[in-house]
Amino acid sequence: MTEVVATNQTILVVGGGISGMTAALEAAECGKDVVLLEKNPALGGRVSQLYRYFPKLCHPTCGLEINLRRLKGSRRIRTLTMAEVTSISGQKGDYTVNVKIKPRFVNENCTACGECAKAVTAEVPDAFNYNLGKVKAAYIPSAMAYPQRYVLDPSIMGTPEADKAKAACKYGAVDLDMKEETIQIKAGAVVWATGWQPYDAAKIQPYGYDRFSNVITSVEFERLADPHGPTGGKILRPGDGKEAKNVAFIQCAGSRDENHLRHCSRICCMASLKQTNYVTEKFGDDGKSTIYYIDIRAIDRFEDFYQKVQANPNVKFVKSKVAKIVQDEKSGNPVLHGVDTEGYNRYATEHDLVVLAVGMAPSVPAGMIPTEIVADSSGFIQLDEANGGLFGAGCATNALDVNRAVQSATASALRAIQVVNQVARAEA
Amino acid sequence: MSDLNAQAKEKYHNNFLKEVAANVEEGDWVKMCMQCGVCSGSCPFGPHWAHPPQEIFMMIRAGKREEVLTSDSMWMCTSCYNCIVRCPRKLPITHIMHGLANYAHRLGLAPKNQPTRQFAKLFWNNIVKTGRVNELKLSLGLYFKDGLASGIKTGMAMKNVGLGLMKAKRLNPMEILGGHGCKDIKGIQAMVKKAQEIEAKRKGFTAA
Repeated sequence: MTEVVATNQTILVVGGGISGMTAALEAAECGKDVVLLEKNPALGGRVSQLYRYFPKLCHPTCGLEINLRRLKGSRRIRTLTMAEVTSISGQKGDYTVNVKIKPRFVNENCTACGECAKAVTAEVPDAFNYNLGKVKAAYIPSAMAYPQRYVLDPSIMGTPEADKAKAACKYGAVDLDMKEETIQIKAGAVVWATGWQPYDAAKIQPYGYDRFSNVITSVEFERLADPHGPTGGKILRPGDGKEAKNVAFIQCAGSRDENHLRHCSRICCMASLKQTNYVTEKFGDDGKSTIYYIDIRAIDRFEDFYQKVQANPNVKFVKSKVAKIVQDEKSGNPVLHGVDTEGYNRYATEHDLVVLAVGMAPSVPAGMIPTEIVADSSGFIQLDEANGGLFGAGCATNALDVNRAVQSATASALRAIQVVNQVARAEA
Repeated sequence: MSDLNAQAKEKYHNNFLKEVAANVEEGDWVKMCMQCGVCSGSCPFGPHWAHPPQEIFMMIRAGKREEVLTSDSMWMCTSCYNCIVRCPRKLPITHIMHGLANYAHRLGLAPKNQPTRQFAKLFWNNIVKTGRVNELKLSLGLYFKDGLASGIKTGMAMKNVGLGLMKAKRLNPMEILGGHGCKDIKGIQAMVKKAQEIEAKRKGFTAA
């Protein structure tokens, strides 16, 4: 049974991405006790799945590494992975939260030596790489996973594969008898930082994401460009493994659309502008990018980034929301159809690869959070008195870039600290 | 130029967008268009018209009154509703196109020989007479719309279809004498008259 010491002066942070980690660290470094929950086997969330950040084009490992070091140095944070909240009861200053913890089948003896992965032959879809490839059924989620501990996929339980993993482990770390458990945690305040998920591109029927293998999403493109990704950092299209030198980016794939996501997802323009850099980086002048857009919203102070991309002769801008994509039977190339707004010219343009700049939807829309919470029409948590001691942070509250998600998380930590301070004063 | 047209021009002096919002069915939606182009790209008839919906909406905002109202574009709409289904802002584009066609017709600016418009007129005049469509008269009217010679030619070309319909008892040649109507012809006509009055009142027209 997992032991957690928590009182009504503890702050519970739900979600271990960049926002949740930040909120947990800020609160802990102010002297508060924190329990940090993460649904996946490792912390880091969507940020760890990026190749580079905008606007400086540095690698996310950098920002995450700092946070992980702070986390390892903090005695006040109790981190639970593979944990999900199933219910929240009580009120501000006195919550009781039920948490379901899935079995990892690997205990803390694990040294991440990787012998179990060598022994196992079964493979499962690689969730970290958006299922673009496969991993062994005994795996470590990513190179910089925290905790640095392997996971056994539940699909091999009860098969000889699981026994192979157990036999290969020299440290007695594989524990096939682990069971799912439910624990109860007390908390004075809850920071809800469950982040975002890419909008389901298959729902945008005319773009054929589910029909054409060379139509992918922006998050998948990040994995293709990453040296740790399924292609070793080469931009190879999924259809036939050919180098994709002529890439189309379609903006507002799902966003700003009453039929899909009502809101502007804010980050996608900057993300596509950033990704044109990947194409240039990999192929030089042979790499061509075309951005199809309604209007470019280079949020905040990033207009200069947009201007730099505009100055790149290998990047073309077409002011038009693409109406539909068809696939050329012979070449497998996607052909984009539409009418542009600057001249109303009808076009049918062929590309090697189409990247849909998909919108941000909340990972856990407000209706799915197991308690009453005030939210907007897209399911993002609002700041409201009625939410009591429950505060949204990061992309659970809005479509935000990393910079603003971190700001939002710090703000939520401060709000949560005020709640537990009140509790402490009342009890003193 | 009809009086109605002169009145409208006077009233909405240089603001065609306001004129459309006030007089065209669903016209107040035009200002909501964000010029993404999905309607134009999704239109199956797209390559065949002068101005796709997106362009028509921008022309309205730019005040290109004559060009819009004399255009045949909105008459080309087949009401497939692709644009309405896909519009990210849920503009009722099909309805706006029909509204524009209707407004141009009322003002007397719609292209005279546009076939859709001719058919619409024939159909309307046909159905309000008895409350039922007289199919024989409707098709003959369509055949002879461009004169006697071409009418006979089309009629001859369609002869076998007509005879087949007669054999299957789907076409009664006696309908040419007036045909059958609905039970309460006067009632239907009174309803249509009243509806026209209400519409005219709402849109500020003198009954057309």
